Order: sequence, then structure tokens, then C-alpha cells
Amino acid sequence: MTDQRAPRTGFPPEHELHRRRFGRNLGLGLVLAAFVALVFGLTIVKITNLDHAQDAPGVSGGSATTGTATARTATARTGAATG
Amino acid sequence: MSDLSALDHNRDAGFGDYLALLKPRVMSLVVFTAAVGLLVAPVGVHPYVAFTAILFIALGGGASGALNMWYDADIDAVMRRTKSRPVPAGRVAPSEALGLGLALSGISVVMLGLAANWFAAAFLAFTIFFYAVVYTMWLKRSTPQNIVIGGAAGAFPPMIGWAVATGGISVESVLMFLLIFLWTPPHFWALALFMNSDYTEAKVPMLTVTHGRRATRAHILAYTLILAPFAVATGFTSIGGPIYLVTSVVLNAMFIAGGWTLWRRPEAAAEADKYKAEKQVFRFSLLYLFLHFGALLAEAALRPWGLGGW
Repeated sequence: MTDQRAPRTGFPPEHELHRRRFGRNLGLGLVLAAFVALVFGLTIVKITNLDHAQDAPGVSGGSATTGTATARTATARTGAATG
Repeated sequence: MSDLSALDHNRDAGFGDYLALLKPRVMSLVVFTAAVGLLVAPVGVHPYVAFTAILFIALGGGASGALNMWYDADIDAVMRRTKSRPVPAGRVAPSEALGLGLALSGISVVMLGLAANWFAAAFLAFTIFFYAVVYTMWLKRSTPQNIVIGGAAGAFPPMIGWAVATGGISVESVLMFLLIFLWTPPHFWALALFMNSDYTEAKVPMLTVTHGRRATRAHILAYTLILAPFAVATGFTSIGGPIYLVTSVVLNAMFIAGGWTLWRRPEAAAEADKYKAEKQVFRFSLLYLFLHFGALLAEAALRPWGLGGW
């Protein structure tokens, strides 16, 4: 299945193995780029939410445990809903 | 460079082969049920956080799939249904499947913890452990109840979705778990009735192999009967409502009727029509689960307009 096209650069024709590996590398590259974008987006959302939490009345100072506090409130509310 | 031609081209994996290791079809079920678990929860989650959480739950499910394919390569090579999978087909080395499974397990758990909360992350880690170790390495090859207990792994995703939103467990999330947990045995045993030779050749102790088809048919009916009250009961909780209740009653009546048909059916009749009824029940079981979770989602979606729920 080697590429039969004449090489323009003087290099031998691209081997099918290389083409398949290129597809694999391209796929992995795109996945990694998407992962970076995802984490970046998540950071923005977390920071924005933290800012909102700090701006809320009755909240003094920032806390890295906002997420846990939200979760606890949620559990309490769920308990109330089901109980 | 000329030595490249000596390599077996067919053994070099493409990107799609690595994707196939993650069992995309199973992942789609994980995505759907986890998303419903998250969306029906009484606590709102930022849409982006919800998206990433579901993505990493799915990735965790995929990772356990890769670990399963690594460990089960010998069984997969024998079974007609699975012998073209990347590891038994020789396109991906078993060590690569193991490496991918372990790496993705770690990434998915840590990222879910960072994106949502560590309770949900621990739950995901336990689910991966349950599927890869408890089910794949232990139960699958040792007991005909493999599907029953192993089914728990597939039933955890809605609970994880719920935990992402609420940070805990509740009656509703346990009922969603039971819905999938009790649905799994009749679903897989209906499949085993018409794929029996595969399991026999692979020496997997499926109920059809160890106890025969008659016992399997009785088990299918029993499980549809046990499942029904739990499925319907979900309709009376905070995530249920009239839409869900009607859907559930109709679907459970149909599922029990299917189980009854299979139970009454002589083996000769099944062989004569090439397991038509068994295949019908198997296909219906897929619809059963999809519509149950779809109805829960409908209740949650209509709630803001005062239509969903009680």
C-alpha cells in the first residue's frame, strides 16, 4: 500500500506506516490541545465563581474551600428534599 | 529506513484503535446516565463544570474499558463478538492497553476531583476499581452471578453524576443505581440466550452455560419482577413525576411480559425462529433504560415551567 506518487523533493515516497502514525500523532495532538483548552476554561469558570462568592454579602475573604462548602450545602438540601 | 517494510503493517495501531479500547458504545450509556443523574439533582451546577464532569466520568468509564480489554484479551480472542477488538486482533499490545487504562484512570479521577468534588472523584475511582478488578479479574471468570454483581459498575454513573451536583448520596441516586443494577441481568442474559456458543467457547461461566437455558429464562423473569417496584418507586421521589410514572408502569409491564414470554418458551421454538423473542427482549431492554432516564430528564426539564415533578 505504499504511496506510488512521484516524490517532488527527492525523498522516497511516504510509507503507509508513516501515514498511519501521522494520523495517530495528529489525533493525540488534538486531544492534548483540547485538554489544555478544557482545563483553561475550567480555571476561568472556577476563578469567576470564586470572585462571585467573595462578592456575595456576608462573605469575608476568599476561601479555597468554596466548592466543598457548596457541596455540603447541596447535601444538606438534598437530605431535606428526600427526608 | 528500508527496514520498515519488514514490519507487519496490520499490527500498527491507528488513533481509532486506541479509541476503540475505551468502548465508545458503553461510554455513550455512561455519558447519558451520568448526565441525567447530574441534571435531575436538586442543586444547579455551572454548565461548563457539568460538561467537564460528565466528560471525565465518561473517560473513567473508558479507562475501565481499556483495563478490561487488557485483562480479557484471551477471552476476547475466542469470542466471535469480540475477536476483532484491538488487543486480540494484534493491533494494540496488551501493555499499551494497560498503560492507557491506568493513565486515563488517574487523569479522569484527579480531573473530576478538581472540576467537581472529591467525593464524586472517589466514587469514580471506586467504580473503575469495581469494573476492572472486582468484575473483570475476579467475578467474570469465577461465578455465573458475574453479570449480577458486575452490573453495579455500570449502575454507578448516575450516582456519580448526582454526587457531582450534590456532593453526596440520597434515596433518588440509590434508586437510579438500582434501576440499572437490576436491569443488567435480564439485559445480558437475554443476549446470552442467543450468543451462548461464544461464552461456552470462552469458558466464561454465564448462567446459560452453568445452569442451562431454562434456569436463565426463569432468572430473566424473576429479575424483571424484582426490578419493577424499584423502577416505579422512583416515580414517587423528588425526581419523579406523572410523566415518569406512566412511562415506568407501561415499560415495566412490557418488560415483565417479555420475561414471561421467554420463560414460557420451549427451547425448540426459540431455535426454530432463531431466537426472535430473545432478540426482541434484548432490544426492548435497551429502550427500557433509555426511556426511563429520558422520562427523568423530561421531568427535570419541565420543572422550571411548573409542569415536571409532583
